[in-house]
Amino acid sequence: MFGTFMLQHADKTVRRPHYAVRGGLGPVLELRGVSKAFGSLVALAEIDLKIMPGERCAILGANGAGKTTLFNAISGDFPISSGEVRLLGQDVTSLPTHDRVRRGLRRTYQISQLFGGLSVRENMYLACRGILGRRFSVLHPKASDVALKASEDLLHAVKLYDQGDALVATLSHGQQRQLEIGLALAHNPNLILFDEPAAGLSPAERGDLIAILQSLPKQIAFVLIEHDMDVALRVADRVIMMHNGEIFKEGLPEDIEKDAAVQELYLGTHHG
Amino acid sequence: MSDASSKLMDQLHTQVGVKHAALGITLLIYPLVASDFFTFQIGGYSLILGTIALSLMMLVGYGGIVSLAQLSVAGLAGYLVAILGENTSGVHGFGWPWWVVVPTAIAAATFFSGIIGAVAARTDGIYTIMITLAISVVFFYFTRQNYEIFNGFTGFSGIKPPVIFGVDLIAPVPFYYLCLAVAASCYFAVLYGKRSTFGLAFQGVRDNARRMEALGFSPFLHRVFAHVLAGVVAGMAGVLLVWFGGRISPGTVGINVTIDILVIAVVGGIIHPIGPFVGALVFVLLETFAIDFIVPERFNTLIGLVFLTIIFFSPNGLVGIWDRICESITPNKKGEGV
Ligand SMILES: Nc1ncnc2c1ncn2[C@@H]1O[C@H](COP(=O)(O)OP(=O)(O)OP(=O)(O)O)[C@@H](O)[C@H]1O
Ligand SMILES: [Mg+2]
Repeated sequence: MFGTFMLQHADKTVRRPHYAVRGGLGPVLELRGVSKAFGSLVALAEIDLKIMPGERCAILGANGAGKTTLFNAISGDFPISSGEVRLLGQDVTSLPTHDRVRRGLRRTYQISQLFGGLSVRENMYLACRGILGRRFSVLHPKASDVALKASEDLLHAVKLYDQGDALVATLSHGQQRQLEIGLALAHNPNLILFDEPAAGLSPAERGDLIAILQSLPKQIAFVLIEHDMDVALRVADRVIMMHNGEIFKEGLPEDIEKDAAVQELYLGTHHG
Repeated sequence: MSDASSKLMDQLHTQVGVKHAALGITLLIYPLVASDFFTFQIGGYSLILGTIALSLMMLVGYGGIVSLAQLSVAGLAGYLVAILGENTSGVHGFGWPWWVVVPTAIAAATFFSGIIGAVAARTDGIYTIMITLAISVVFFYFTRQNYEIFNGFTGFSGIKPPVIFGVDLIAPVPFYYLCLAVAASCYFAVLYGKRSTFGLAFQGVRDNARRMEALGFSPFLHRVFAHVLAGVVAGMAGVLLVWFGGRISPGTVGINVTIDILVIAVVGGIIHPIGPFVGALVFVLLETFAIDFIVPERFNTLIGLVFLTIIFFSPNGLVGIWDRICESITPNKKGEGV
């Protein structure tokens, strides 16, 4: 069910911008020497990174390693100090976040960023609307509206359909995390950045999360920040270790798990 | 009937519920039982001030934007009516027909509001208040010092509403109905707009502008567009305001009046578009009748005390109090205002 829901309303009704065409050739994301300093603190130091279409990648690293800062640099939540961010082969370094999102990038936040005064359904509708255009319509969406339909499907997908009319502020923590993820799944993304999506979830909710991540359509690439090794290793094809703003080690999940330096640096201090 | 239009009818039905019907009928028969004074000075004036305050309520309630420049926007429309139409001050008064003057005045106010929005939209909270207050102050002093356009300290007088289809709008009852029509249109537009795509997006910007960016929206443009829409509302009210008073001068757009508009919106309640009208009615009644039992110089003290009392007991103003009463009567239903 999940594998198709995002695609069914596409194409015919929606004019797709030229840059959203999935090439499948070059990387979906490329970072070239990306640095970010907060005053004298170097949070990111000359990061080079390539994510290929459909690739699933986990980022591990201790607190303060610069994982969230890396996401902020990719999404454009704040400007980087130097370097270049390329999405689908195009330089987006100077573009605002909303332009990057319209090019197929999505992200979630470590601390849920939701619209507390709106209902769950309205939150999801905004996520779909933002990408599908007609953002300034002063009319109510019609029942046949593409974004409205897509948002209903997404509500089912993240198991929040029954809470559709509830105000976001009244949801449990787990449900808010589900919505946080749901907002990032809207309409055919090329690349999704998940920032600790499992934070504060119960074991059962973790299971649901893993199922959602595993059932994402194959062409969607994602990068996942996760302290929980079980979650990270089950969904990732590649693991990146970060330390002090640098990429410290990269490799297959099983190799990283065995790596002595990684054990000492990360697993020793953390119990996922 | 198509799916969409039946859904629209449903929405209209739930929104234009029993309370609205009762309120609507009351407002419609009011001038038939009230004196000319009550129809015009109380009814008409409350509706006009309420509409200006509504343009503020839209921005605060749904966008968290406290703009103190809404009166300036209304004032510009009022000034343009005097300048482009007819006045008896012997300055300007181009004598254009009302059906050119009114759309031009509203369009200019809308544009002005959009510019204010573009200036203020990059700021937040207290800084928005400061910028819009500064604009309001500048506009006031500009109208007072500029004689070429605004005729300085004197302003314009002798402005009359037009005669349309043989109805002289200067007569209290027709003027009241005109104000009611404008106020009701704006009110229902805001109520409908709250759940429109733009309305939801604007509330999204209020709740979390950063996330809106990450969903593909430009919070800046949404804030500017909200100012544009509020400008239409304020502009219409500004036209009515100058017709109501027959004159406009810097005093009309003074800082004290700017504060009055803020007080009206907050006392009435910024959680629902009916709030500004409730606030305006209370304000106009106090302004009109407080004279009978206190000296005029104490009026601001009285307004201040009323303001404090209401906000102390209900941060959501009179609408909040009304909501609580409704909830205590029907505890199982969630109060959604009027
Ligand atoms: N906005 C900011 N201003 C100043 N310093 C910041 C800012 N954001 C992050 N930092 C600093 O940059 C470093 C990296 O922070 P970051 O949030 O990227 O770490 P992280 O790897 O996501 O850690 P965690 O696992 O705790 O989420 C930290 O030392 C942090 O204090
Ligand atoms: Mg982090």
